[in-house]
Amino acid sequence: MLVKLSVNGEKHEANVEPRLLLVHMIREVLRLTGTHIGCDTTHCGACTILVDGQPAKSCTMFAVQAQGKQLMTVEGLEQNGKLHPLQEGFMAEHGLQCGYCTPGMLMTSYAFLKKHPKPSEDDIRWAISGNLCRCTGYVNIVKAVQHAAAAISQGGA
Amino acid sequence: MIPAAFEYHTPSTIGEATALLAKLGDDAKVLSGGQSLIPLMKLRLASPAHLVDINGIPGLSGIREADGFLRIGALTRESELEESEVVRSRYPLLHDTSKVIADPLVRNLATVGGNLAHGDPANDHPATMLALGAEIVAVGPKGERRVPIASFFTGPFATSLRPDEILVEIRIPSPPARSGGAYLKLERKVGDFATAAVAAQVTIGANGACEHVGIGLTNVGLTPIKATKAEAALKGKAPDEAAIKRAAELAAEASEPSADLRGSVEYKKDLVRVLTARALRKAVERAGSRR
Repeated sequence: MLVKLSVNGEKHEANVEPRLLLVHMIREVLRLTGTHIGCDTTHCGACTILVDGQPAKSCTMFAVQAQGKQLMTVEGLEQNGKLHPLQEGFMAEHGLQCGYCTPGMLMTSYAFLKKHPKPSEDDIRWAISGNLCRCTGYVNIVKAVQHAAAAISQGGA
Repeated sequence: MIPAAFEYHTPSTIGEATALLAKLGDDAKVLSGGQSLIPLMKLRLASPAHLVDINGIPGLSGIREADGFLRIGALTRESELEESEVVRSRYPLLHDTSKVIADPLVRNLATVGGNLAHGDPANDHPATMLALGAEIVAVGPKGERRVPIASFFTGPFATSLRPDEILVEIRIPSPPARSGGAYLKLERKVGDFATAAVAAQVTIGANGACEHVGIGLTNVGLTPIKATKAEAALKGKAPDEAAIKRAAELAAEASEPSADLRGSVEYKKDLVRVLTARALRKAVERAGSRR
């Protein structure tokens, strides 16, 4: 089946089997390997991408369901060689250890900050409750998101 | 994990969708949010030969109050429910529930209709809808019918929906003044199914007695459970501590949990007792603040 979609503003099309999972299309057909596969059972959120602006687990969607949709993956955060404030925040606050959950954390936080530019710590913890960090580095992940929120409110992005 | 191959259908009207289901019979499954079905397919616990994706059918989404009902389109995402002002202000039981289903990412795709049509006794909406006295609107090739929620769940993962029918809407009677509700769920972590959960809805009459009582139980039996004896025990009585305690004991007796990693039978039954009492107290308190 022919699927046409856009990823990070770029149009793509591919002929895929209906059973192909969206995350497999992103990683193996489009070769965008920033999106990770963690648990593969809808628990961990490492595969989180934005579908028409909403964060979703791309291991729990078929590629054919993304027909005509605008996707955004972690590769879309950097603009013109400049890291997004969230990426800066994760670096500055040590928001990653092994880094496996990071693409999902970034995408969930990105959508969250668009909706809630001035979040409380509780709001952030609530927002990322569907993203698991096996290093349990949540304290610094929360700090990283706060760092980004502050940078954005000062006109960073 | 790779699901078994299937043929993918994208009907653009309800008529097309039900005609497809009538033709394909048991080989077909309806795909709405996919947050239960796709994991099952990946584990090969389900291998439908055909998926009928109803997401392209207009008019199946949305939340509105009309004709004395809160009408929720089957394709309404859980996150829409969570953010709905009318749900937050007038249906606290439903608002509570929407915040504890799976996790925020799953709720962006998962649908209210799917949560019910899946027939999983561990899902959260069934108990809520039992407590609220909702009705299900189903459409098949022969037209529309309404099913009271109390006769909707017929077994584990089984509902009274016919193979050629699609759940299109959920209707919840608008609560009278002095009504309130609450959903209390104990889960080991965000995203887990309930160890046990209780939905309670009450309406307090002018004389201070309970005019209406609805109590639904999650994940403590082969189907979602409506605790009818507990409801009857509280109805017509003032919701004092003794009456709430008695209803909570009857709710625990109505539960039929099985032992698993989440706890023993005894533990879960006692959890139902404790959660029922707490949910009823909260429902009564909220009813008092809502005139």
